[in-house]
Order: sequence, then C-alpha cells, then structure tokens
Amino acid sequence: MEKILQVDKLIKQFNGLKAVDELSFSVEKGEFFGLLGPNGAGKTTTIRMLYGFLPPTAGSLQVFGMDITNDWRRIKFRTGVCHQDNTLDPDLSVEQNLLVYAGYYSIPPKEARERSAELLEFFALTHKSKAKVMELSGGMARRLILARSLINRPELLILDEPTTGLDPQSRHQVWEKLEALKATGLTVLLTTHYMEEATRLCDRLVIVDHGKVLVEGSPQSLIDRHAGKNIVEIEGPDQALKDFVRANGIEHDDLDDRLILYVPEGQDFDNTIREQYCSDKCTYRSSTLEDVFLRLTGRELRE
Amino acid sequence: MIRLDVFSWRFLRVWRRNLVVYQKIWKVNFLTPLFEPLFYILAFGLGFSGLIGGVHYGAKELSYTAFIAPALIATAVMWNAFFETTYGSFVRMYYQKTFDGMLATPLSLEEIIVAEIFWSATKSVGAATIMLAVLGVLGFVALPSGLVLIPVALIGGLAFGAIGMFFTGVTPTIDMFNLPIFLFITPMFLFSGTFFPVSNLPGWVQPAALAFPLYHLAELSRRFSIGTSETAPIISLVYLILFFLFFTFLALAAMRRRLIQ
Ligand SMILES: Nc1ncnc2c1ncn2[C@@H]1O[C@H](COP(=O)(O)OP(=O)(O)OP(=O)(O)O)[C@@H](O)[C@H]1O
Ligand SMILES: [Mg+2]
Repeated sequence: MEKILQVDKLIKQFNGLKAVDELSFSVEKGEFFGLLGPNGAGKTTTIRMLYGFLPPTAGSLQVFGMDITNDWRRIKFRTGVCHQDNTLDPDLSVEQNLLVYAGYYSIPPKEARERSAELLEFFALTHKSKAKVMELSGGMARRLILARSLINRPELLILDEPTTGLDPQSRHQVWEKLEALKATGLTVLLTTHYMEEATRLCDRLVIVDHGKVLVEGSPQSLIDRHAGKNIVEIEGPDQALKDFVRANGIEHDDLDDRLILYVPEGQDFDNTIREQYCSDKCTYRSSTLEDVFLRLTGRELRE
Repeated sequence: MIRLDVFSWRFLRVWRRNLVVYQKIWKVNFLTPLFEPLFYILAFGLGFSGLIGGVHYGAKELSYTAFIAPALIATAVMWNAFFETTYGSFVRMYYQKTFDGMLATPLSLEEIIVAEIFWSATKSVGAATIMLAVLGVLGFVALPSGLVLIPVALIGGLAFGAIGMFFTGVTPTIDMFNLPIFLFITPMFLFSGTFFPVSNLPGWVQPAALAFPLYHLAELSRRFSIGTSETAPIISLVYLILFFLFFTFLALAAMRRRLIQ
C-alpha cells in the first residue's frame, strides 16, 4: 500500500515543554485515520507540523513520500486542512471565502467558481453563498471550513476537531459528508474528542497522551483488547463485591465510589453480580472506545 | 536564516484578497484623501496666512499654504501605510486568524507579510493619487511633473508599511501601538519639514529630522510638485528604498519569531 503519511520519532519542543515526544505512525492511501488524545496531548501541534506551519524539533515527517522541510509547497498543494479554530475570513462572503482561497492555490477563476458551487451544494450552503461569514451558525461555519479545505481537491484531508461545538443534528450531517468523502477514496487524518465519531469513521487510530502514542489499532480491536465486551458500572460498591471481583480476577477500575468492570466475551460474571450484589445502582452496557480512552489516559482533568 | 524558496509571485494572491475586501468599503475610504487636503488648505490658508508671511524653502519664497500642500501628500502616504500594517494587519493576524488560514495553502509566511506591506503601499498610492488630483486642481501641485509622486507614493508606502509590519511583529497587544505612534509617528509628523522647514530647527536636531523617512518623502513630494527641495532627490529616494528593505527584513524576522515557534 502507498504510504501517504509517515511520521517517525517526531519531536516538538516548546521551550521546556515536549508537546510531541517521539511520535510515530503512518497512514495509508484511502485510510481514515484517527489521532485521539486528551486536551494538550499534542494533536494540534502534530497537525501543524504536518502542513508545514511548525518546524519539527527532531524526527522525520514524510507526506506523499516527500519531506516537509524541502517540499512544503508541493505538499501543501495536495493537502486540505480544516483548522480547530475558525479561520474563515470574516471580511469576505461565504462564496468569496472559497473563491479567494482557490486563488491561493492558483486555481483559475472559472474552475474556482465551478468547484465552489459544487462544494456549497454538497455542504448544503448554496442558499448562504452571499451571506457574511459572521451570519453563519456554528454548524454552517464548520461546513464552510470543510468545503474550503476541499477546494484544491486534496489527496490528504486533515481535520482538527471538525465537529466540536456542533449540535447532534449538525454533527451527524458532517459525519455523513465525511463518509461520502471516504467512499471516494480520500485519505483523511481526523482528531476528535467524540469517541462515537472516531468509532464510526476511523479505519484505524492512535491514542496519544503527553505527545506519545499509547495504543494503535482499529476501533473494534482496541475495544476488544482494552475494554472487554461488556461493562458493568456499580455505584457505591460494598466490600463484599470488591472481594468477589478480586477473587475472580475480573478486569476492573476502582474509583472509590464507583466500580467499573470490564467483562470479556463469553464470561457471565455480570449475571452473578446482577443477582447477588446489585440492587438498583448498576448499569450494564456494551464497551465503547470511550472506555478504552479513559482507561488508557486516566480520568483526571487535563491542563 | 532566510530561505529563498519562500518568496514567489504568489504573494499577489494575498494582495488581491485585500483588494477584494477593499472593494466593499472604498466608497467611504476615498472620502478622506478627497476632503482632508481641503480642510488643511482651508484651515492653514485662511487661519494661518495672516500670522505667517512666507516661507523660505530651498531656492524659493513660498506662501505658507504652498509650502505645506505637498507635505500633506507625504503624511497621507505615511498614515495610510502605517495604519494598514499595524492595526489592519494585527487584526487579520491575531483576531481574524486570516494568516493561519492562508498558511495551510501553498503560501509562505514571507509571501503573506510582503503582500501586506505591498497592500498598505497600494492604499498609500490610492490616497496620494486622489490628493494629487485635488491639489493639482487647486494649483498647489505642478502637473504633469506631479504625476511622478504616484510611484514615489508607492516607495514611501512600502517604507512605512514595512516599519508598521515590524511593529506588528513585536507588539504584544493592539493597544500597544500607541507607543510607536507616540514615540515615532507623532514626532515624525511634526518635525519632518512638514509644517516648517527643517532648516528652521536648531543645528543639533537637524540630523535627527533627516533620519525620518517622512522628511525624505516630503522632500520628494515638494521636488515634484513645486520644483525645489533641500536634499537631492536621489538621496531621498535611496534612503526610502533602503528603509523599506531594512524594515521588511526585520518585519519578516519578527513575524516568523512571533507566529512560528
Ligand atoms: N505555540 C506554543 N507555545 C508553547 N506551548 C504550546 C504552543 N502550542 C501548544 N503548546 C503546548 O503544547 C501542548 C500540546 O498542545 P496541542 O494544542 O497540540 O494539544 P491538543 O492535543 O491539540 O489539545 P486540544 O485537544 O485541547 O486541542 C499543550 O501543553 C500546549 O499548551
Ligand atoms: Mg488541538
């Protein structure tokens, strides 16, 4: 498979702080790849190095098989970036945002108009094409940033938290659009704090913390490996239950006032627990990527 | 270290972006250069002419209004370029994150900065051209020699745009622009031979005035509108070009340090 992105022992140091610390991963052509991690894990910093905004302190970074330090311009021609912050141009209308951006890529005006009409249509913004950017709702602004990141028909799309701050309707709409793009074979790098989003969209992902990769794999394989099949959450567990869990060697996290059990496929501790130890304060559910994330990165607040 | 591959004609795309934005607001913006010289000429012509007889400048005796009229073009060039690369560029860089958006495209930071400086000079040229027309009609600027002031305004605009951009690169917050305005622009506005000849100043301050880019711009402006000046035009021209190059270099270094850690 052709490697679109090859990150090798990448380091970024800000004064005393190592924001990215020997990060390595690679993304293949056509893959939808997730870069997950808590606040301050170094995701945005990594992305900024990927599109040549920040120079790496050390390590190597190849995009389309080219080195970012020398071939930055050729790489940027073929990459689309959707920033975490709103970087739309508030001095320009919705349509002008796309047209002017197309100019930065030297796309001829006629072609730019065609593409921008197409993208506005695809992201359901045609009725807003003459509106000011300030007049857009959060969801529309996000869709416009997405549209803008596609104006150069990129081979690699980099999305830094594309759905943060959106209501469920807008988020689902964005997911549908991203799935449609994925179906065209576009390679995508996504960061998100929504585990549901990562599970639904990503073929493969890494969870990073403190600038280092903790785990890598497909969402399902990570769930199987780190969070079992089912979860039992017990509020205010008593000592007898804790003893039972320990005696049976059940994977668990003890949060003092709450006990979380990770029950693998084919085991039925949950039935015993349900019958013997649980009154009304138990929750049974399937394991999710969120459980994996919390187990691996801890439950403390960041920053 | 300056790399050469960061400079290309692509900077014109950023310049064009500013033009597209300006097309929405030019109607308001062009009123200032249209009326400002009229206000000054009226105020100084009517109000001052009784107090001040003539001004001895270069090889000529001039009425006071004839003396200050060409300098008004020079100060307009200064204000337009300096405001654009300080307040204007700062808002785009810091509040609007326009540069962040651009930096994801094949543009380099250097191209963006150079484009901002050229854009500010473009605004200077626009203002100078309108003022030239007004002052030409009123007879304060000789035509067609006054038309040379259009390219001169470009060079002056580049010089003031470059130093403004440098301040943008080193100024932490937008209100701090008061400082360079108070310490640099205001004294320059007053002591560059704009409202009285520098030769009227005591000998020991004259060299300081000669270091002001506005002095040289006002000199060039008088040379081409009334045909006389204190300093040889070639010296003023070279000074402004060097000033532009020097501060563009500093601005690029400051912006790179500011935006790219
Ligand atoms: N320009 C900078 N100068 C100094 N420190 C920085 C800079 N940019 C980021 N950092 C620090 O680097 C670390 C990683 O930040 P980064 O923005 O990459 O995190 P993130 O994973 O994107 O977080 P979030 O999920 O909150 O967006 C943080 O501790 C941050 O404070
Ligand atoms: Mg981030």
